[in-house]
Amino acid sequence: MRLFIALLALIAVQLTGPVAAQSGMPPAPYAYTQLEDPALEAEATALMHTLRCLKCQSQSIADSDAPMAGDMRHQVRSRLLAGESADEVRDWLTQRYGDYVSYEPTVSSTTWPLFAIPLLLLALVGLVLLRRLGKRGSHADGAA
Amino acid sequence: MRLLYLIPLALFLFFAGVAGYQLTKPKQTAIPSQMVEQALPEFELPPALDGMPGASRADFVGGKPKLLNIWASWCVPCIAEAPHLERLKEEGVEIIGIAVRDRPEAVSGFLSRYGNPYTRIGADDISELMLAVGASGVPETYVIDAEGNIRYQHIGDIRENHVDLLLEKLEEAG
Amino acid sequence: MIAELGHAALWLATALAVLQMVAGALGLREMGLKNANAGVVALARPAAVVQAFLATLAFFLLLYAFAITDLSIKLVATNSHSMKPFIYKLTGTWGNHEGSMLLWVAVLALSGGLLAGLERRLPEKTMSATLSVQGFVALGFYSFLLISSNPFERLPLPAPEGSGLNPLLQDIGLAIHPPTLYIGYVGLSVAFSLCMGALITKQVTPDFAKVMRPWVLGAWVFLTFGITAGSYWAYYELGWGGWWFWDPVENASLMPWLAATALLHSVSVLAARDALRTWTIMLGVLAFSMSMLGTFLVRSGVITSVHAFAVDPERGSFILALLGLYIGGALVIFAMRAGYIAEGKRFTATSREGALVFNNVMLSAILAIVLLGTLYPVFTEVFDVRVSVGPPYFNPAGAIFAIPMFVVMAIGPLLRWKDDKPARIQFEMMMLAAIAISVIALVAFFGSYGFLPILGLAFAAALGVAALLPLRGRKLSRVPTATYGMVMAHFGVAVSLFGMASESAFTAEKLAAVSAGGQEQVADWTIELESVDPIAGPNWTAVEARVIATRGDGESVLLTPQARNFWAPSQATSESALLTTWDGQLYAVIGDSAGVDANGNPRWQLRIWWKPFVTFIWYGGLLIAFGGVLSIIGRLQVDLRRRSAIKRGKERREDAEAIGSSAAPEPAE
Repeated sequence: MRLFIALLALIAVQLTGPVAAQSGMPPAPYAYTQLEDPALEAEATALMHTLRCLKCQSQSIADSDAPMAGDMRHQVRSRLLAGESADEVRDWLTQRYGDYVSYEPTVSSTTWPLFAIPLLLLALVGLVLLRRLGKRGSHADGAA
Repeated sequence: MRLLYLIPLALFLFFAGVAGYQLTKPKQTAIPSQMVEQALPEFELPPALDGMPGASRADFVGGKPKLLNIWASWCVPCIAEAPHLERLKEEGVEIIGIAVRDRPEAVSGFLSRYGNPYTRIGADDISELMLAVGASGVPETYVIDAEGNIRYQHIGDIRENHVDLLLEKLEEAG
Repeated sequence: MIAELGHAALWLATALAVLQMVAGALGLREMGLKNANAGVVALARPAAVVQAFLATLAFFLLLYAFAITDLSIKLVATNSHSMKPFIYKLTGTWGNHEGSMLLWVAVLALSGGLLAGLERRLPEKTMSATLSVQGFVALGFYSFLLISSNPFERLPLPAPEGSGLNPLLQDIGLAIHPPTLYIGYVGLSVAFSLCMGALITKQVTPDFAKVMRPWVLGAWVFLTFGITAGSYWAYYELGWGGWWFWDPVENASLMPWLAATALLHSVSVLAARDALRTWTIMLGVLAFSMSMLGTFLVRSGVITSVHAFAVDPERGSFILALLGLYIGGALVIFAMRAGYIAEGKRFTATSREGALVFNNVMLSAILAIVLLGTLYPVFTEVFDVRVSVGPPYFNPAGAIFAIPMFVVMAIGPLLRWKDDKPARIQFEMMMLAAIAISVIALVAFFGSYGFLPILGLAFAAALGVAALLPLRGRKLSRVPTATYGMVMAHFGVAVSLFGMASESAFTAEKLAAVSAGGQEQVADWTIELESVDPIAGPNWTAVEARVIATRGDGESVLLTPQARNFWAPSQATSESALLTTWDGQLYAVIGDSAGVDANGNPRWQLRIWWKPFVTFIWYGGLLIAFGGVLSIIGRLQVDLRRRSAIKRGKERREDAEAIGSSAAPEPAE
């Protein structure tokens, strides 16, 4: 609740700590530099929005000034540039950090309920609607 | 009472149970590396300061198991763990350091003030190795066996009580 | 003195909450046999009203303590600073856990007081039960405040200086967003109490729905406004141009909104058609439950969020206990009583009610998805597995239910109550489908965009037209105000959807290291960095970039994004600079210095976005909220007119009786 109360605090802590401490080390080449090829850059941006900044509370690496997020952006861009696919880059990171690093859960032994429950929900919704709305015949003002 | 009307209550009780259980244990903040029990990735980092060699994967292969210590001169907990690294060195452990996003002058300043337990220090200016081994912050310390495999990950600064634990892990890896 | 007075006011309010609870509960006893407790029962209303006054007083006393920076109060010393601009001293009152909880409680007491003071239409027993529940809820939160989060705690020695407020909160956003959101959350407590009252006394009737409707609408308007404001605040404050990230705390504000949206539609069905009785009660319980769940998630530390309060498991346990008491209790009563509430009148699928039911179910399903995605990481942590659930999950999973919902939302308002023939609105349906299909074809022809953004644009166009159709062929001056409210709110959904889809499809981004005099191009804008200069504010220093933005051959506009460094507490923030045009926003941020260029001039990181029609997201949000306001006005108008009509009728009858003979026939009623 209270979206952004005392709250934004935490990112900023991440933001300042390192930035202040690391007195002027230049960021990785592709941390703040876009790829020349617009299509590849679009792919990188899309991917970066779905990767979690590990030093932040709950932000993607595309939304963070944390130096480590910058270094991860560099990895994403340079790997795409080297010809890897977006999925390969994501896999490379999940091999190291587990599912936590990706905001895009995939079906696995730990995440299957995330996919099973919506399907169940879909069936349930269908059932509820069928029961409430399906029976055209019973619409006469049934005894309340 | 229809069973249907109990469903919301059941769902809520399930949530309350989980949430209550979660409140009793400390919030887990560390992100464990999935690279433990896997080969240390190939890397080659230049020296972090003049007068000391840089670090590469080859430096870990052969001999005794070694420690890989990821640190930085700008990192405050690294100051706290310096004496304990020193003790590990005295115990005969070879520690290879990786300085993350650091400048040579800052590195040598840190070493002269807090001691130099390292045999080699590689400069990781863009968190290349850090990301490759699945480290999510500084400091972190890894036990690497003689075949170049990652055997153990220690997240955060090394406290006094961790020294023996690390020695044990090095023993196991030998 | 201020602190002690405030503290005393809270204790008194607590005592009154107990009185209100007991008096209300006694009111449930059989009234028939000359209730010996009638005197006590009558105290429930005044207890609620006085309590509202006391809790509000406590809040204003804390506000005053912050205004004068009374550093002998712990809360002020840890969250304020004498050098802070005055407006942020005030808003800082609720920029922390204790203060915001006091605001929460003050609003809770205030809505309880308003309910007790104004509501005269409900049966006395239902009202007693409602007030009792409201008192019970208030009691829990007073206890929480007094026992584990006392905002008025004194320091043994006054602090020489305060530690300051998080700079990201030193913004006008803090003045608007939390209070409106809290009013929304807590306003739902009235709906909750009313639902419990009606359930306990088995009085789930259209009259009850009419009583509840303005409360739901009011809370919903504030929620809508609060979320809209919060989204815009995060958008410009965080410096990366994101307006919604499916962060757990953002979701925690969305969930009560989804429940309240479903509730306000189903309450309309109940009021107009006496159908959906249990469903409405369930949603009423659910909506406030979601508010409390949000409070728990944000303040207990079980979730990881950029917006979370300082973590404190003890507070978490306390709120969880309150949750168990209120949500658990309500659900138990629901399970026991719901069977006694008859389902109400029936209707067919192709009727206004049918459409409303359909969308109610869809909204609930979306709510379930958001709830699942938000809580799932909490569940897996029990097994020491950490997962992340983000936009790539919520967007498609939500869309599964949102897409059919938008389809039905377009045609639902065109259907008649109870039963209708789809063939009657054949022309409208064909037209809307044609609009949607031509938008898809047009957009897909001009570029390759994601599936959801294209669909969003198509739905926005179709919904925008569909929203206005209920006005077609009617004399505009005769259309009820409430109908205008609905039209406006539905149109707002289309506008907002258009903004969202357009932002995600057409945003152009430029990141560059630029030295003074350097130029960059983003979309059809030319950006020139004129200079970068140091400047100082009241409690910060900054570097400010002077950026000249020119669109095509148009006029140049100066933008001044800043990178600020605050010293109390020590923290850096980016102040983005925004240039708003009718068709979008140019968003500029200055980052770190980035070495030197070939000529040895210092370079700076610039981040520029051109976001076409992004502002429509929040214009839409405002339209939705104002639609709600119109609807409230419309309902109140009708209500007042009816009341005066009844009064006039009664007077006429009395007159007739006064004049008439004893032979006058008995009135039929």
